Amino acid sequence: MSLSVVGLSHHVAPVELRERVTLDLAAAAELARGLGDAVCLSTCNRTELYLWDIAEERAAATLEAAAGEPLDGVLYRLHEDAAALHLFRVAAGLDSLVPGEGEILGQVRDAYEAVTPGPVLDRVFRQALGVGKRVRTETAIGESPASVSSAAAALAAQVFGDLRGRRVLLVGAGRIGELAASNLVSRGAEIAFVANRTEETAHDLTRRFGGAALRLDEIPTRLGEVDVVVSSTGSSDPVLRAVDVPSRRRTPLFFIDIAVPRDLDPAIGGLGGCFLYDIDDLEAVVAETLAGRRAEAERGEQLVAEEAERFHTWRASLDVVPAIASLRARAEEIRAAELAKVRVSDDERRTLESVTQQILNKLLHLPTVRMKEAAVTADGVAYADAVRHLFGLDDERRP
Amino acid sequence: MVEALFWPALVGYGEAAVAYASPRTSPAATWGVRVGWLAQTALLAAQAAHADGFPWSSWSGSLNLFVWLVVGAYLIWGCRPRFRLLGLAVMPLAAVLFVVARVGGGTHEGSGSAYGSLFLVLHVGFVLAAFAGFTLAAALAGLYLWQERRLKSRAPDILRLRLPPLASLERLTWRTVAVSVPLLTLGLAAGIVRLRRDHHGLDALEAVTLVTWLVYGGFLALRPAGRRAAYLALGGFALVIVVRLALSGSHFA
Repeated sequence: MSLSVVGLSHHVAPVELRERVTLDLAAAAELARGLGDAVCLSTCNRTELYLWDIAEERAAATLEAAAGEPLDGVLYRLHEDAAALHLFRVAAGLDSLVPGEGEILGQVRDAYEAVTPGPVLDRVFRQALGVGKRVRTETAIGESPASVSSAAAALAAQVFGDLRGRRVLLVGAGRIGELAASNLVSRGAEIAFVANRTEETAHDLTRRFGGAALRLDEIPTRLGEVDVVVSSTGSSDPVLRAVDVPSRRRTPLFFIDIAVPRDLDPAIGGLGGCFLYDIDDLEAVVAETLAGRRAEAERGEQLVAEEAERFHTWRASLDVVPAIASLRARAEEIRAAELAKVRVSDDERRTLESVTQQILNKLLHLPTVRMKEAAVTADGVAYADAVRHLFGLDDERRP
Repeated sequence: MVEALFWPALVGYGEAAVAYASPRTSPAATWGVRVGWLAQTALLAAQAAHADGFPWSSWSGSLNLFVWLVVGAYLIWGCRPRFRLLGLAVMPLAAVLFVVARVGGGTHEGSGSAYGSLFLVLHVGFVLAAFAGFTLAAALAGLYLWQERRLKSRAPDILRLRLPPLASLERLTWRTVAVSVPLLTLGLAAGIVRLRRDHHGLDALEAVTLVTWLVYGGFLALRPAGRRAAYLALGGFALVIVVRLALSGSHFA
């Protein structure tokens, strides 16, 4: 009986293949139950089957059936400690496309809770959830934004702090601009105005984000009423020049220009109280934060390795614990049987009970400790077998 | 016996000054600040118990008290993970000034002053508390200017080496000055009452302290924003440095 994982991920499989084996939570749970004691983790970046005492070929065949083609050279198979280490790295976000991304921990939890795993899978998944949490709390791996749109919102927060109540002017209908606006809104900002070259698109955006529609030529008159400007038009001419920006003395004005060619006059960044970031600036910030994430990932790897060692110790103890339990049960059985043969008073029996119990404990203490020590080495199983043989113990089944 | 308390306080401040350099050791720095401040509190209490009256009327004694107030203000206002770099500005300064106070004899057992204790508590206590606040405000203003410059220059590491948001720094600077100016006003009023009673004229330190009060009073009255506010807070602090370090000899002599 062994722990194993069979699966494919973004490291080895292109998206065209991954999307064919991606399952929703219910389908993944159903697939796992069909296999036996298994957990199926399926996200857009990976589909993995964690197995206990199940032939890998069955799991591989199941995935190949879903993919509709052989998966030779794409599927990876890991066993025991390597399988546990892999799960810990996945839960901690260390195996993700963006190191430290937080969504995967919730996906691991969902996959685990969707089925009722046996003791070993239960233990390894509970530990994995703990590892994921630990890496996030003890390192700064998840603190920095990993995309241009989230970096834009994080930069606005560096100026204003809490973004609740901050008013945003969204210019244009570019996709990254919309994502940046969504990020700002998720941090509490509100879309006050939406400006676009075509009135119809502007109204369409106001229906999605709220706020009032503006024409592009109305932008300068509204700058005094907003805190953040996000611009992402497809215009080849500047949408806003520095001379059209009113001076800001008391509250700052933060400009995010995600358009190429740029919408906003670069001279705006030189105005007092104005801060301007274009797409290159944002990408440089993201690259820097990703470098920081990678540095933190090294610390995360250390934590994961510690937890993998703990799992190894626990897993190894499973080889000897049944033998220890049998040995103690046999000794207790003999002690009780021999005591039953003795005819003594109640007081004397109590004394005998106590003395023989102490003798038993002292006699078995050292073998118990030695077997537990041997369990974490390669000799663990040999020790357990030797004890069973020497004392004629029943064959115990390990979990 | 009293002076033995100097060392744990210095070790605490020194440890904090070093540990604030890295985010990983920052939590240990916070404990250094707390332990150091408690040790210095014990030192001051022991000095007060041994002296017959107010024991911090010398320049070095008042420097000892000033350090305690600065660190106390920092503990109240800025001892938070996001303000790690504020600690990196305040704690080395506190450690150095604490050593200077010791070299000048300000951490010795001390003795009472010829002046009444009530007057000294009102005058020295309030003025030093205000100066501690101005010191903290200057550190916050310095951080504001640095953060603003990084944002303006679009520094790629702006989200890696995170400072508190501009708005928070500006708000905290203003609040710190707003708390400190009334304290300085009370301290100066006590001093002026004493001067009039003794028929003394203003010395250089007193004159510069009055100018300092005018600068910070102007700060509150005009309520400047952004970079102007930061420069004004730093300008006021330059006067505090002059008062504390350059002119203190004439006043305490």
